[in-house]
Amino acid sequence: MSQHLPVLLVAVPLFLAPVAALVGRWKLAWAVAAAGCWWAFAASIMLLRRVMDEGTIHYAMGGWEAPYGIEYRIDLVSAFVALIVAAIGAVVIPYARTSIAKEVSEDRGALFYSAFLLCLSGLLGISVTGDVFNVFVFLEVSSLSAYAMIALGQDRRALTAAFQYLIMGSTGATFIVIGIGLLYVMTGTLNMADLAERLPAVSDNRTIPVAFTFLTVGITLKLALFPLHLWLPNAYTYAPSAVTAFIASTATKVAVYLLLRFFFTVFGAAFAFEQMQLDMVLMPLALVAILGMSLVAIYQENVKRLLAFSSVAQIGYMVLGISFGSVLGVTSGILHLFNHALMKGALFMAMGCVMYSVGSVRIEKMAGLGKVMPWTMAAFVGGGLSLIGVPFTVGFVSKWYLVQAALEQGMWPVAAVVMVGSLMALVYIWKVVEVAYFQAADPDHQIREAPLSMLVPTWVLVLASFYFGIDASTTASIATRAAETLLGVGL
Amino acid sequence: MSVGLLVGFCVLLPVLGAVLVLVLRNYPNAREAATLLVGAATFYHVLGLLHYIREGARPRLDLLEVVPGVQLAFEVEPLGLVFALVASFLWPVTTLYSIGYMRGHHEENQTRFFFFFAIAIAGALGVAFSANLFTLFAFYEFLTFCTFPLVTHHQTEEAKKAGRIYLGILLSTSVGFQLIAIIWTWQLAGTVEFTEGGILAGTASAGVLGAILILFVFGVGKAAVMPFHRWLPAAMVAPTPVSALLHAVAVVKAGVFTVLKVSLYVFGIDLLATLAATDWLAWAAGATIILGSLVAFKQDNLKARLAYSTISQLSYIVLGALLANEWGIIGGGMHIAMHAFGKITLFFAAGAIMVAAHEKKISRMHGLGRTMPITFAAFFVGSLSIIGLPPAGGSWSKWFLGMGTLEAGQYGLLVVLMLSSLLGLYYLLEVPVKAFFFAPPDDAHHGPGIKEAPLPSLIAIVITASATVAFFFWPDLWHELMTLAVSGGAS
Repeated sequence: MSQHLPVLLVAVPLFLAPVAALVGRWKLAWAVAAAGCWWAFAASIMLLRRVMDEGTIHYAMGGWEAPYGIEYRIDLVSAFVALIVAAIGAVVIPYARTSIAKEVSEDRGALFYSAFLLCLSGLLGISVTGDVFNVFVFLEVSSLSAYAMIALGQDRRALTAAFQYLIMGSTGATFIVIGIGLLYVMTGTLNMADLAERLPAVSDNRTIPVAFTFLTVGITLKLALFPLHLWLPNAYTYAPSAVTAFIASTATKVAVYLLLRFFFTVFGAAFAFEQMQLDMVLMPLALVAILGMSLVAIYQENVKRLLAFSSVAQIGYMVLGISFGSVLGVTSGILHLFNHALMKGALFMAMGCVMYSVGSVRIEKMAGLGKVMPWTMAAFVGGGLSLIGVPFTVGFVSKWYLVQAALEQGMWPVAAVVMVGSLMALVYIWKVVEVAYFQAADPDHQIREAPLSMLVPTWVLVLASFYFGIDASTTASIATRAAETLLGVGL
Repeated sequence: MSVGLLVGFCVLLPVLGAVLVLVLRNYPNAREAATLLVGAATFYHVLGLLHYIREGARPRLDLLEVVPGVQLAFEVEPLGLVFALVASFLWPVTTLYSIGYMRGHHEENQTRFFFFFAIAIAGALGVAFSANLFTLFAFYEFLTFCTFPLVTHHQTEEAKKAGRIYLGILLSTSVGFQLIAIIWTWQLAGTVEFTEGGILAGTASAGVLGAILILFVFGVGKAAVMPFHRWLPAAMVAPTPVSALLHAVAVVKAGVFTVLKVSLYVFGIDLLATLAATDWLAWAAGATIILGSLVAFKQDNLKARLAYSTISQLSYIVLGALLANEWGIIGGGMHIAMHAFGKITLFFAAGAIMVAAHEKKISRMHGLGRTMPITFAAFFVGSLSIIGLPPAGGSWSKWFLGMGTLEAGQYGLLVVLMLSSLLGLYYLLEVPVKAFFFAPPDDAHHGPGIKEAPLPSLIAIVITASATVAFFFWPDLWHELMTLAVSGGAS
C-alpha cells in the first residue's frame, strides 16, 4: 500500500465525500469526514518522512508513465504543504462537530461534511500533483466546495460573499487555465518537469510571457494578494467559523504554493526574476499589502473581518519573502506559510468559540470576555502574540528569516516595513484584548465558556504555535531544504 | 546537580513559585509564604553561582537550537550575576513589602499580582543569564508582556491608557530598532553569542557599526534614554510594589544591563571607543541625565518624581557603558546594584506613606516625619545613595563613573554628573527634610490615627535601607564582580 500512498492521500477523502453525502445523518457524515481528515493527516506525515529520507517521489497515475499519464510528483515542498493542509484539517474537524452543529442547520450537515472532504482533497491534490492541468482540476474542486461551504454561513450576507468569491475565484481560475493552455500550445506537454525542460527553448516567443502573466494574475487572485484580495474579507467574515478557520489556514497557503511551483519549478527563477522582473511587481504589492491591509484591519469592528484583513497583510509577508528570489527569502515565505496557518487557525478558532457562546464577534460584544471565557481569550492572546511576532512564537521565527532576507540584499527599508507591520498587528490585536480584559461584562447577559470539544482543538494550534516558535529547527531546516530544492541550489 | 542545570534551575524556580501561587490561591497566607520561600531559595541558588564565577568558570546551559545556528542558552558571567543577585535578593524583600502593602491598601486580584510578579522575575533572570542576543531579546520581550498585567493591575481607564504607552513604547523600540540591530549583527558577525571582546570588530565600516550601536541604545527602550522614556512615568499607575521592584530593579535594570552587555560582549570596549556614534550617544545619555533631573524637580507627585529620577539615573549607567573604558563599565555595573537598593527604598517609603497616610503629593507630606520616622529616615538614606553621598553605596558607583569621564577626557560629562547630583540633592532630600522640619498643612489630618506602615512593609524598608549603608562600607562584592567582567575571567 505504501507505494500507492501519494494517490491514496488524495483519493480517500475524495471518495469519502459522496459517502458523507449519502449517509444523510449529520453525525455519521461527521464521522466519515473525520476518518478522511485523519487519514490524510497520517498519510501526509508518512509521505513527508519518505521524501525527507528518500528524496522526491514519482508516482505514475494508473501506471501510465509521465509524458502520457498524470504524474504525482512529491518533493519536499509538496509534502510540507500537504502536511500543513492535512494537519489543519485534522484539527479543525473535531472542532467543526460542535461549531457546525450550532451554525449550520441539521439537514445540511451531511452535505457540509461532503463539501469539506472535497475541499480537503482538492487542496491536497494541488500540492502533490506534477501535472499543470491536474492542478487546475483540483483547484476547481477545492474552490467550488469552498463556495458552497461559505454560503452555508448563518448571516444572509454569506450568500453574497460566496457569490463574490465565486465570480472572482472563477475569473482567477479562467486566467490560470488560459495560461496553462498557452503553455500547452507552445510545448505540447502538461507535465511540470517536462515544461521546465522545454520552456527555455521557446521562452523568447511572446506567448510564454503572456502565459506567465495570465498565470501570475490568476494565482495572485487565488492567494488574495493586494489588490486582488477583494473576495477574501467578506468570505472569511460570513462563512461558518470552522470553515473560516480551515480555509484561512489552507486555501491561500496552497495558492502560495502554486505560485512557488510555477515560478521556480515550471518557469525557473531565472525567467521569472530576470526576464520578467517579477520582483518589481510582487515586492511593491506585498509592501502595500502589509502596511495598507494592517491599517485597514485596525479600523475593523468585526473581529473575524479584522483577522481577514490581517490575513491579506500576512500574505504580503509570504509574497515579500518570495519576491526576494533568494534562498533565504523563499525559506521565509515557506516558513511563514506554515507558521501563519497555525496562528491564524488558532485565532479564527478562538473567534469561533466566541461566536458559539456570544453569538457575535463584533468587538463591542466582547467586553469582559477575559473573565467569562478565560480559555478562549487566552487562546486569542496566544495567537495574537504570534501574529505580532513575539519571541517564543512562530511569528518571531518568520520575522527573523524575513528580516534577514531583506538585510541580506541591503534593503533595510523593507526590513523596517516588516517591523512596522508587526507593530500594527500589536495595535489591532490589543484593541480586542483591551475590550476583553478592561471592560466589565454585561451582567444581564449570561455567557459561558465554549465547550471543550472546541477549546481543545483551538489550544492544540495555540500550543503548536508556541512549540514551533521555541523549537523551530525542524521547520526551519525543512523550509530551507525546500527553498533549495525550488531554486535548484545546494543539492 | 551540575552547574549548568543549576543555572536553569535558578530561572525555573520563580516559575515554580508562580505555579504555587496559583495552586494556593484560596489560602492567602500560604500563597505569600510560598512566594517568600521560593524567593529565598532563588536567591540562595543564584548566590551559589558566585563561587563558580570567582573561580573563572562560566556555567552554561544549552537548552535547544531555535533556528539553525541560534541557541536558546544561558551562560553566567560576572555582569549577569550582578543583575541576577540584585533581582533575586530584592524579590523576596519586595514580597514581604507587598504583603503589608497589598493587604493594607485592600488591593484586588492579589493572586494574579503575585503570579505575574514571580513570572516577571523569571524573565529578569532569563535576561541576566542569557548567553546570546537571541535569548536576551526573547526574555526581554517576555518581561515586557508579563509585566503588562502588573502595570495595568487596577484595570481602570487610566491603567489602560498607561498600558498602551507602556507596551507601545517598549515594543516599538525593541521590535523597530533592537531586533533589526540583532539580525544585522547576526548577518555581519555570523553569530549572536556574547563573547569576550565583542563579535563585531572588523565586520563592517565604522558608519554601519555606529548605526547598529544607535539602534541598540535606543532599541533598548527599557533603559529609558530620552526620547523613549515616557513609558516609565506612565507605568507608575501600577501598585507601588510593582513600581518598586519592576521599575527600580527588574525592568529598567534589564534595559541598562542589556546596554552594558552589548557594549562589553557584542561591540567590546576597544571597538566602542573608536566609534564616533559612541560619543554622540554618550551625550544623549548626558542630556537624559540632566533633563530627567530637571523634570523630577518639578513633580509634586512623589512617585512621578521618583520615576523621573529613575530615568535620569538609568542614563548614568548607559553613560558608563558609552564612556568605553573600564572605569565607566565598572561604575555602570556597580550602579545597577547601588541604584536598585537606593531606589527601591525610596519607592517602598512612597508606598508606605500612601498606605499609612494616604498622601501622594510631596507638598502634603510636611510634618509627616514625626509620625513616620522610620519611613522618612529610610527615605533619607536612600536619597543619599541616589545622589552619591556617603555613607551610602551610591557614592562608589558615582565615583567610578566620574573617574570614567576623566579617563575618557569627557570633562563636559563630568560636569553633567555633578550638576545632576546637585539637582538630586534638592529634589530628593526636600522630601524627608520638609517631612521632619516643616509644619503640616492646615487641612491635613496627620493626627494620632496615622502610624508607620504595616510591619512586613516596614521590615522590608529597613532591610533595603540598611543594605544601602552597608554597601558604602563593603562594596567589595559588586566591585569584584565588575572587575572580573571587564578583565574577562581570572581575577
